[in-house]
Amino acid sequence: MAEFKVDVRGETCPVPLVETRKALRKAALGDVIEVIGTHPSSKKEIPMAVEALELELLSVEGSDNDWTIRIRR
Amino acid sequence: MNQNNTTADRVTIVLHSGDMDKLYSALIIANGALSMGMEASIFFTFWGLQRLQKGGLEKGPLSTMHMFGLGKWMIRRRMKKSNVASLEKLMTDYKELGGHIIACDMTMDIMGIKPSDLREDWIDEYGSVGTYIRTARDSSVTLFI
Repeated sequence: MAEFKVDVRGETCPVPLVETRKALRKAALGDVIEVIGTHPSSKKEIPMAVEALELELLSVEGSDNDWTIRIRR
Repeated sequence: MNQNNTTADRVTIVLHSGDMDKLYSALIIANGALSMGMEASIFFTFWGLQRLQKGGLEKGPLSTMHMFGLGKWMIRRRMKKSNVASLEKLMTDYKELGGHIIACDMTMDIMGIKPSDLREDWIDEYGSVGTYIRTARDSSVTLFI
């Protein structure tokens, strides 16, 4: 199982969400995607997408302006 | 991954406007839908269709405060400062995530636009109101922009 990093620091709506989705589409089942970003709304919206896609949210860490989200496909 | 969506899990947008800011709204909503596991279709009609012309994507005026281009220039500068993605990137992402594009053929007739004038690589289908309704009736969200 591989781990991928998605760096969307400095990016704004809708790029963090879109780049997360693009990475998840490329990942294989069981792979872990780590997204790091600074856009406040995306910190709560990426977990919403993870829920809608029925994937596993491993962790959400950091402040609203500097966060790390880990997802397992 | 949840790729066996029901047909109702779709956003369909009529993009009637060719304004830059409204194209942003359409592409941001559609990309958001795709990112959250929905399907998305955009029906480009009237002034919206002009944005599918080769080199036309970024050419739209602002819907208000355009001021002969000065308003658009100012907004673009602010958008660049805030690191907002270009329409080209949003369109590339939209297509990569499986976004569907319908070009209105009646508008093409009215405006004398040929398929070869358009970004055919983006267009999935040419159609009229029937194609729009077929798509919209199976959508949980429909918007007219």
